[in-house]
Parts: sequence; C-alpha cells; structure tokens
Amino acid sequence: MENDVMRASLASAEAAQNNHTPELKMSARDVRVFYGESEALHGVDLDIYANEVLAFIGPSGCGKSTFLRCLNRMNDTIDGCRVTGRIELDGEDIYDRRLDVVLLRARVGMVFQKPNPFPKSIYENIAYGPRLHGLAESRAELDEIVQRSLTRAGLWDEVKDRLDQPGTGLSGGQQQRLCIARAIAVSPEVILMDEPCSALDPIATAKVEQLITELSESYTIVIVTHNMQQAARISKRTAFFHLGNLVEVDETTKIFTTPSDSRTEDYITGRFG
Amino acid sequence: MNNWVLVCVLLVAMGFAYQFGTMRSRSLVDGKARMHSRPVHHGLLVALWCGLPAFTVFLLWSLFEPGILRSAVLNQLPPDMAGLQGHELEVLMRRVQSIASGFGVSDQPAAYELAAAERLRSLQGTGRLAMIASMAVLAVTGLVYALRRLSPALRARNHVEAVFRVLLVVCSTIAILTTIGIVLSMVGEALHFFRFVNPVDFFFGTVWNPRFSTTGAGELGQFGLLPLLWGTVMVSIIALLVAVPVGLMTAVFMAEYAPGWVRALAKPIIEVLAGVPTIVYGFFALVMVGPFFHSAGLAVGLDIRATSALTAGVVMGIMIIPFISSLSDDIITQVPKAMRDGSLGLGATKSETIRKVVLPAALPGIVGAVLLAASRAIGETMIVVLAAGNSPILHANPLEAVSTVTVTIVNQLTGDIDFASPQSLVAFALGLTLFAITLSLNIVALYIVRKYREQYE
Ligand SMILES: Nc1ncnc2c1ncn2[C@@H]1O[C@H](COP(=O)(O)OP(=O)(O)O)[C@@H](O)[C@H]1O
Ligand SMILES: [Mg+2]
Repeated sequence: MENDVMRASLASAEAAQNNHTPELKMSARDVRVFYGESEALHGVDLDIYANEVLAFIGPSGCGKSTFLRCLNRMNDTIDGCRVTGRIELDGEDIYDRRLDVVLLRARVGMVFQKPNPFPKSIYENIAYGPRLHGLAESRAELDEIVQRSLTRAGLWDEVKDRLDQPGTGLSGGQQQRLCIARAIAVSPEVILMDEPCSALDPIATAKVEQLITELSESYTIVIVTHNMQQAARISKRTAFFHLGNLVEVDETTKIFTTPSDSRTEDYITGRFG
Repeated sequence: MNNWVLVCVLLVAMGFAYQFGTMRSRSLVDGKARMHSRPVHHGLLVALWCGLPAFTVFLLWSLFEPGILRSAVLNQLPPDMAGLQGHELEVLMRRVQSIASGFGVSDQPAAYELAAAERLRSLQGTGRLAMIASMAVLAVTGLVYALRRLSPALRARNHVEAVFRVLLVVCSTIAILTTIGIVLSMVGEALHFFRFVNPVDFFFGTVWNPRFSTTGAGELGQFGLLPLLWGTVMVSIIALLVAVPVGLMTAVFMAEYAPGWVRALAKPIIEVLAGVPTIVYGFFALVMVGPFFHSAGLAVGLDIRATSALTAGVVMGIMIIPFISSLSDDIITQVPKAMRDGSLGLGATKSETIRKVVLPAALPGIVGAVLLAASRAIGETMIVVLAAGNSPILHANPLEAVSTVTVTIVNQLTGDIDFASPQSLVAFALGLTLFAITLSLNIVALYIVRKYREQYE
C-alpha cells in the first residue's frame, strides 16, 4: 500500500522531470573567432543543455575545435587568437573581465584528442587538479578523490595496484580514460572532449563511449567527433559545422535521418568530408 | 707554399677531369642503351680517379720523406759525429736544415755541416721532382683509365657513393685515433710520474708543495691532489650557484613568457656571453669584480681577498650562464604543448603549469645541461689563473684564495721545464684526472639527456 504510493509519486516526479524543458547550461551568441586577421568562425549561436551529450560533426578545418576551445577559453593560450560575441555559463558571461579563467576551467573541463597524461605517477595525475584548487583537506580525502575519479572513469580496477607508476606507461585507451578521470577529479559541470577516440583502437573506443554515456548522468558533455556512427551512438543532439558556420543543430536522430539543410545531408551521406 | 700550389694544380686537374667525364658521358647517351648513372656521376668518378691516387702519393710522400732524408743525411756524417745522442742530434739536424734551406745559422758552420746540408738539398730536389713526376703520371693514368671505363652500364653512381663513404670513414678514423693518441700519451706520461710518486700519496695527499726541480734534486716535495681538487670543486660550485638560478630563470622567461621578437633579440645576445674569450673574463674578474668584492667586504666588515674562490666562481658563473639557459630553453620548448594544455585545461595558472608540469618534465634535460656546464667550469683555466689567487691550501673559506687543477697545470708547465722531473710530469697526472672527471660528467649528462628524449616518443 505504502509502497504503491511511493512508486506512484516517484513515477510522477520522473514524468514531471521529463516534460520539464531542459535546463540551459551554456549559450553562445554570435561567436566569432579570429586567428590574426582571418576569421575562422563566422557567428555561431548555440545552446547547450544540462546533462546532455552534444556532438559536433563536420569536415576537418570547419572550426569544431575552435568553437569547443571558446567554451573554456583555451583559445586564450593561442597567440593571435581573438574571440568576439557572448558565451554564458549558467547565465554568466565567461569572457567578462571579472571572471576568473582559472575557476572557469575548473568548471568546464577538457579532454584532448591525443591522450596527454603528465609524466608523473597515475596518482599524481589525478591529484594534480584537486591539489591546485584545494579540494582535499587531508591526504585521506585526496586518496578518496583519486579512487572515486578512477572508479568513475572505469580505470580503478586496472590501475589500483600501480598508482605510483607513471601514467605515460599505460596503453593509449587507458591513458585517455586517465585523462578523463583527471578532468572529473576537479568536479567540473561541463566536460569538453575534442575527438577523444581518434587515437584509440576500436575496443578502447567502445570503453570510452560507454564511459561518456555513464558520465552524462552527472555532467554536461560536448564532444567533437569525426566518426558519425559515434555521434549517433552516444549523443542526444548533434551540431553540424561547415566552413566556420554552424549549419544546424537538432536531435541526433533527426540530423541523421531528415536533416533540414542540404549541406548536412551531403556530409552525412558522404558526398564530402 | 710550394705544396699548396701542387694541391691547387691537382684540384684544377680534377676540375678538368670532371668536365671530360661529363662530356664523354653525354656522348655515350646518343639514344642507344639506357644510362645507369647520370653525367654528374661519371664526371665525379673520373675526377676522383684522376685526383685521389695522386693525392695519396702526395700525402704518403710528405709523411715519410723527412724521415728518409734524415737517415740518409745522418749516414753521411763523419764517423766521430755518429755517436751523437738525443738533444745534440736534434740541434745538429736543425742547423743542417737551416743551412740547406738558405736561412743560415748565426755562427760559422763547420765543414761537415755544410756537406750534410748540400746533400740534404740535392736529395730534397730530386725527391720533389720524383714526387711531382709520379703524381703527374698517376693523375694522367687514372684519368685515361677512368675515361675508357665509362659506359652506359657502368655503375658510376654507386662507385662515387662508395668512394665518399671511404673518405668519410678515413676522416672520422683520424679524429678518433687522435683522441686515443692524446689519451694514451697522457696515460704514458702519468705512469711515468707515478714512478716517482706513489698514487696513494697523489690521489689522497692533502698537501701540495712540489718544490722546484732546480732547488736540489734531493727532496721531491709533496704532490697531494686534494687541495687542488677541492679548489676546483669549490670554484665550480660557486659558479653553478650563480649560473643555475640565473640561467634557468632566463630559460623559463625565454621559452614561456618572452614574445617572439624579444626572444629573437635576446637569445643571441646571451649566447655571446659564451663566445667571450675567457682571458677577457679573467681580466674582468681581476680588475673589476675582485676589487669590488674586496671593498664591498670592507663595508660590511668582512675580509674578502680580491683574488679568491668567490671572485673566480662568480665570474665563471657568468660565463656558463648561456650553457644552462640556452640548453634548458631548448629543452623547455621541447616539452609538448599538450602537457601545458592538459594543465591549463584543469584550471592551473601559467606559473603553476610551468612549476608543476613543464619544469618537472624538462628536469632530466635540465640536469644534463647543468652537468655539461659543470664540466665546462671544471676545465676552465684562464679565469681561475687570474682571479682565484693561486694558493693550493686545503681550506673551506670561499673568501680566501684557492688554486685549482687547471691553474696548477699551468704553473707546473711554465718557466724552465724538464720533462724528466716529477714537477713537470705531474701535469700529465693532473690533466688525466681532470679528463676523467669531465668525461664522466659528460657521459652522465648525455645519458640523462638521451633518456629524457625518449620520454615523449
Ligand atoms: N592555432 C591556429 N592558428 C591559426 N589558425 C588556426 C589555428 N587553429 C585552427 N586554425 C584554423 O581555424 C580553422 C578551424 O580549425 P579547427 O577548429 O581546428 O577545425 P576542426 O577542429 O573542425 O578540424 C582552420 O581553418 C584552421 O586552419
Ligand atoms: Mg579539430
């Protein structure tokens, strides 16, 4: 009796959540990026919702990585790169002068194309971010964070006996999951991934894809991919970029079945790319 | 002078041979068979056939002629002269050579000397003619032979390749043999020294007081290496204390912060520091830095000698800054951008990234750079000769004068020297010790640097 009531209320709460319009996490308006004099992105407008997996696809050189790097201001580290327009994270302008870019990058983490573990031990790789941001009061707490991050990244069982060995000694797929664990360790809200599987073999790729699906329960994930099957497998929505323009963004199934723009159709049917 | 003309003539002949070779090769083409090699290779092959045998004769001749002539002349000396030994024989030969070359000697030459000179001159004349003649014959024969061998099927390209490989091997063998020769001769002389002085007394002795060989042969003096080695170590440590922080900071600034134009301008300027002759540094230490330290010491009530380990070390530190900054700069720039991105992407600031990721990743390479700089400091001579004060006494005060291994070698080998006495021979033992130290430092440094290189593959 009581159980039924509980179940009913849970079900209605779930229904309410599903009907609820998704919560806006980041939004970009008229974002243009210049490398020196040349404009690489020509005014991108895009909304990113909380806890979704959003995939960027498009031919190479179309500006996917460039746009991704705008979202945590990694473009700041490139000489001669200039960004205009407005990007908000939870309603705050991330290019505002008063905003601390260091804190921004802790909230919007990044995983790169080639696995890039630091030449330190596995433990130190994970502990690096939490130490920077003072997330652990004690060694025990730090150990905890390390274990939790590695577990979430599905790597704990493989490395728990060799935490003190160099992260560079792991296989490519393990290294990439180590980098994901490293990003999770600072508890970001959004994780940006730039072709995280392009340097991995199919089995390692499958593991990372599964991991991404699991992570999307707690994080917002934006992933650039060259592999359209991958986008179809893991993403909820897909954005198609072409020559520095965001051509269209929609539910992944719609993009792959009935795209509204002929360029998208040409690309996914393999007429160029 | 004459030899240069000869070599130039040979080179010109090779030039012509090259022309002949290519011309003939072109005439071979005429549509028929496919050529294995291009005219360039045929030309080169002909030129080599023309030049190399003649040049080999020239080299061998120049190497052995003096010895042969010498024995020919000595055989002709009057019987009472035949017993001459070592030094006197050398003097005689030199006099004979001077007379023969027309340069003359300061006093009236004896009759037998004149006769010997006459004989030497005539032998030299015929020898030279014979050499030129055989070279000419060889050059022409080689040229004709090679031209006749030219054919479309000739693998001239491969032959040329083989000849060049042999040339390269010969040159590197010469370099290696020279090194081995130097080491062996040092070892030989050092062993000679150890016949006078017990190696234990040398390597572990704490007193350096080698007496001068002229002040009586009765007492040998004491040849303790430790005071000198300690001086070397102390000066080098002071130098590294100056150079490592400054050099490293410079490298970090250059690699991470300096905009392109500053780097392009500042790097060569810093590297000039390494090109300044060390005697200039020594001079600078002696007339500027030393007196400055002395008066600065007076101002705070410290007794600092103008020539001291401190002065020499600081100036030497300035000298080796570019070794550290330049090498470390290259190594820091080699750390992949992906490392920095990884750190920045986690929310680290630039300086945190440099301290916690870039420098640790570059550390092995930096250690290698420091070791190379250290071996440079240990072998450095002129600065310490002028500025360290030359006082071979074991003490730990850097404000006092010291002496180093290199300075002592200079001291033992200047003035009247007699290579039969331990006072001079000790220089070889010292040199060998120094060589062993710098060699092992270099090996360790290279090993570390190489290991570091493998890390990012
Ligand atoms: N660091 C840079 N400097 C100059 N131009 C760049 C830089 N990075 C990317 N670009 C240019 O910007 C455009 C978009 O590149 P990118 O974002 O890397 O494309 P994608 O990731 O979609 O393959 C390309 O034309 C590229 O040449
Ligand atoms: Mg890209």
